[in-house]
Amino acid sequence: MSALTAQGLSKHFNGLVAVEDVTFEVPPGQVRALIGPNGAGKTTLVGMLSGRIVPSSGRVTFDGDDVTNWPAHKRIASGIGYTFQITSIFPNLSVWENVALAARRALSTPASVSQVVATSLSRVGLVDRQAEDAGDLSYGHQRLLEIAMGLAQAPKLLILDEPTQGLAEGEVTAFIELIAELSGETTVLLIEHNMDVVMQVSDFVTVLEAGRVLFEGSPDEVKASAEVQSAYLGGDDAAA
Amino acid sequence: MTTDLKKSLLLHGAVLAVLFASQFVLPAYHHGNLARVMILASYAMGYNLLFGYTGLLSLGHALFFAAGLYGMGLAMSQFDVGAGPALVCGVIAGTLVGAVIGMLALRTEGVAFMIVTLMFAQAGYLTILYFGTYTRGDEGFVIAQPDRVLLGLDLSDPTVRFFAAFTVFCIALIMCLAVVKSRFGKVLIAIRENEDRTQMLGYDVTRYKFSAVVLSASLSALAGAAYGILFGYVGASFASVQYSIFPLLWVLLGGAGTVLGPLIGTLFMFYLIDLSSGITTAYMLIAGVVLVLLTVFAPQGILGELRRRVWKWLP
Repeated sequence: MSALTAQGLSKHFNGLVAVEDVTFEVPPGQVRALIGPNGAGKTTLVGMLSGRIVPSSGRVTFDGDDVTNWPAHKRIASGIGYTFQITSIFPNLSVWENVALAARRALSTPASVSQVVATSLSRVGLVDRQAEDAGDLSYGHQRLLEIAMGLAQAPKLLILDEPTQGLAEGEVTAFIELIAELSGETTVLLIEHNMDVVMQVSDFVTVLEAGRVLFEGSPDEVKASAEVQSAYLGGDDAAA
Repeated sequence: MTTDLKKSLLLHGAVLAVLFASQFVLPAYHHGNLARVMILASYAMGYNLLFGYTGLLSLGHALFFAAGLYGMGLAMSQFDVGAGPALVCGVIAGTLVGAVIGMLALRTEGVAFMIVTLMFAQAGYLTILYFGTYTRGDEGFVIAQPDRVLLGLDLSDPTVRFFAAFTVFCIALIMCLAVVKSRFGKVLIAIRENEDRTQMLGYDVTRYKFSAVVLSASLSALAGAAYGILFGYVGASFASVQYSIFPLLWVLLGGAGTVLGPLIGTLFMFYLIDLSSGITTAYMLIAGVVLVLLTVFAPQGILGELRRRVWKWLP
């Protein structure tokens, strides 16, 4: 059984086609990268998967349930973790409380919340910043905080929208290790522009162009595909 | 975290102790004022739950205050209910009105929410005037002394009234502290800070906001019902737009999103007007200048500013 499927998903904004007839499946435990040029419809697509955006047509199933008509909060509560493309945290609350809010929904005791918060923060390396206001963190650290908030929910599926944007090189390496740790237990759907990251972490890649699936295959196949090269990578030396 | 909790319990306990003790030291005039301030502060605390903690700005809370006031008063005048059950009627009336308004108004957000709540409150005000046969409209009606006896205590007696007001204030304060410390309260704060994010953490934001409206309405109605019983008067002026603006003003002055802010704000505003009207008949001029200064130099209110500068742990 697939962890997540999209069947014929389309989204039209007043006649503008953002996503057109996208069908794909993500098996459990897979790290799936979603790539494509700007405006290809990646964020709209994951918006429909997470419930933020109502599709014009098509169906979404998650973990065996047809979730097409579920509101976003219900999908999240059923095990989808979501991080925003544009960092969305609680800037006036402490780093600790940010993660605690994510953990608290599913947990009943304060002790278990503290424990999950501690683990999540240490996985992204923000433990020593936990008392600070989240808004005082650097942009890169705010991205990491958002990932920690995703982890704290112990999701079955983690959707990450450009998680490495704005991260320093060392932090990107740490992120790659983090995803490697997650793979197998958590299904990950990753929108990513950094091709190094895509090549290193993903098991499978879906390429989107102009709202449609252009190509699907292993990272190596994507690299080798002439179609993808011309549509997205722009030439054979653009992968770097 | 636990030391913060201790500090907070100590502070709120101390405030309650001072209020309690002031009954024995204050001259009669001020001690009557303080009873009034404590009830109005409870109203402001109800308002603060919605505005300060959940981030929903309502311009129609007079409707809830009046629902409590009239729920209590009409139960007495029309159905000859005793003081205790009448008080309960007031709170129930406010809760029901809160539920209906919550369901309708929460379909809107931001400015539209302000306008919708304002309009409902005006409709409520006009309804009270329309049913003048029962409500006695603008003129209102007096609750006679024999009806103001609760559990054998005569609430028209200044000392008893003070302690009754103190009790209502304690209920409001403890309720607010409990809410703010609870998981529920933390989700409300999260909604205030970033609603979109809160929803994408899997919280049913609409349900939380609805609960906040109902809770806020209940507390406002309790204050309204208590006000009517303690001061013996029920009138339409309490449903007017002025009484929707007051709690907003009190909360802003004292510090939105702080538990004690509403008390400080209400006390400050009450005495600001009281003292300045002793100096000149143009007292609103003095009050206005002070308010402008306060908004310029402490935009987060008195306690909000204190929290920002010294007491970071203030709930």
